[in-house]
Amino acid sequence: MNTRAIVTIYRMEMARFFRTLTQSFVSPVLSTSLYFVVFGAAIGSKIQEVDGVEYGAFIVPGLMMLTIMTQATSNASFGIYFPKFIGTIYEILSAPVSFLDVTIGYVGAAATKSLFIGTVILVTARMFVDFSIQNPFAMLAFLILTCLCFSLLGFIIGIWASNFEQLQLIPLLVITPLVFLGGTFYSISMLPPLWQSITLFNPVLYLISGFRWSFYGHADVPVSISLLAISVFTLVCMLVIRWIFKTGWRIRS
Amino acid sequence: MSILEARDLTKIYSTGFTALNSVNLEIREGEVMALLGPNGAGKTTLISIICGITEATAGTVLVGGHDNVTSAMQARQLIGLVPQEITLEPFEKVIDTMRFSRGLFGMRSNDAHLDRLLDKLSLTDKRESRVHTLSGGMRRRVLIAKALSHEPRILFLDEPTAGVDVELRNAMWQTVSELKDDGVTIILTTHYIVEAEAIADRVAIINKGEIRIVEDKQELMARMGEKQITIELADAISMIPDVLAEYNLELSSCGRELDYRYDARASRTGITTLLNGLREAGLQMTDIQTRQSTLEEIFVKLMQDDQ
Ligand SMILES: Nc1ncnc2c1ncn2[C@@H]1O[C@H](COP(=O)(O)OP(=O)(O)OP(=O)(O)O)[C@@H](O)[C@H]1O
Ligand SMILES: [Mg+2]
Repeated sequence: MNTRAIVTIYRMEMARFFRTLTQSFVSPVLSTSLYFVVFGAAIGSKIQEVDGVEYGAFIVPGLMMLTIMTQATSNASFGIYFPKFIGTIYEILSAPVSFLDVTIGYVGAAATKSLFIGTVILVTARMFVDFSIQNPFAMLAFLILTCLCFSLLGFIIGIWASNFEQLQLIPLLVITPLVFLGGTFYSISMLPPLWQSITLFNPVLYLISGFRWSFYGHADVPVSISLLAISVFTLVCMLVIRWIFKTGWRIRS
Repeated sequence: MSILEARDLTKIYSTGFTALNSVNLEIREGEVMALLGPNGAGKTTLISIICGITEATAGTVLVGGHDNVTSAMQARQLIGLVPQEITLEPFEKVIDTMRFSRGLFGMRSNDAHLDRLLDKLSLTDKRESRVHTLSGGMRRRVLIAKALSHEPRILFLDEPTAGVDVELRNAMWQTVSELKDDGVTIILTTHYIVEAEAIADRVAIINKGEIRIVEDKQELMARMGEKQITIELADAISMIPDVLAEYNLELSSCGRELDYRYDARASRTGITTLLNGLREAGLQMTDIQTRQSTLEEIFVKLMQDDQ
């Protein structure tokens, strides 16, 4: 393993992030604030409490998840797609680095960025509503695993994509709908029974449910299943990357 | 000893196009090898395969004895590449892109080395500039600086002087010869064959995906080159006298010059007898010039023969 190369890639990516710091933070903070205004204030005035938690506070974990998942995916996919697009990938392909080194560098950076953004969202949310976190360690574990998992997914998308449209396709058509339908803004117990069963097929539900449990101690599905789900997703992403690595798929012409 | 060896390299692109056809090439440690060939000959493809950017369809590459697929890490560690296309992160600072290259090759940071490179490539005042603010020629030099930042033993220069002004081109060749003195092996492509003639030890000519010639530059020029004597006459003549018929002379400059081509390596060049013949024919000479074919002329001729 070329540790220096991993650190180099990581630092380069983080430097890019900090160079565009305002841009990196302003958009997630702004959209979170908008969600609070629209959902928290407008809907919150109709729905007082969900599972004994004030509605404004109830949506905080889901909102964090929403932002983390989309940011991790887009950061990681862009991170590896950009050098492919402008051609600087030649340097990485010709350097004495393994695909694992490259993955750790890019995915690590993307996960760190989304962790930063997640924290900012948490702080922003705290300015709108009052809440406390029951299981801070579980919360941190879910947070880190989610950042990692979706950064891996983004990395795969970035390698797969051969144009900007494909780069946006999966986040837009798959991740966003799944997050919205996965209980970001509601508890699935509020749905009709048929929809409850359908929602159980949505993998994102398990992540949001577990994350919310770490805040308020209430979950739609058992926490152990949530933990299992996120671990399985992460593992699947890693296996896909290993396969890409072995076959050289879409990397070398 | 050969530091790099390509054996039976074949590349068929996904389009079905055969860009390289069973190429064999051996590079000796410390030499400057010029890889010459027309557009589309397969030069960049060959370099890309050696550097690990493109996968060969068949064949093997050994770099310093390491197979570049099965021992890719060891093989790549030795190589620096200046690609033909200018590809740089536009918003990075020059020095940061160099640090990146060095780190990627697993080398401890060494800004003193990087500053020396910047100085050599006349980029010192651009050290903190962002890449997108540089001119095309400067960017190409940044690419060279990046390739050298990890102290490679073998340097590939794929058209390093395209778009670089004359003065800097000379400075660049100066840098190349200094690198050679340091023992770096250099493989370069260029369409300015005059430059290849000046700097290369050996020349490989590639066309349509096949290596046509690999030869010591001096030997190639002696073997393929012609020598020519131009004799200036005091008075113009309208036709060549019969006594001189056997020399296949050509009349030029409105009858004021006679051109004689000969094989410099032949045991009898015929020069002495030609000069005697001139005296017999009563022609007066005012001057004599000799001239040798350039590598460019040889190259052009070879390519025409190849058609
Ligand atoms: N990715 C690719 N897919 C299909 N064909 C390709 C690809 N890359 C190169 N070729 C073809 O392979 C041939 C050799 O290209 P290459 O870039 O190696 O030429 P070159 O000798 O470097 O030419 P130049 O002097 O113009 O740089 C060309 O005919 C080119 O069209
Ligand atoms: Mg080329």
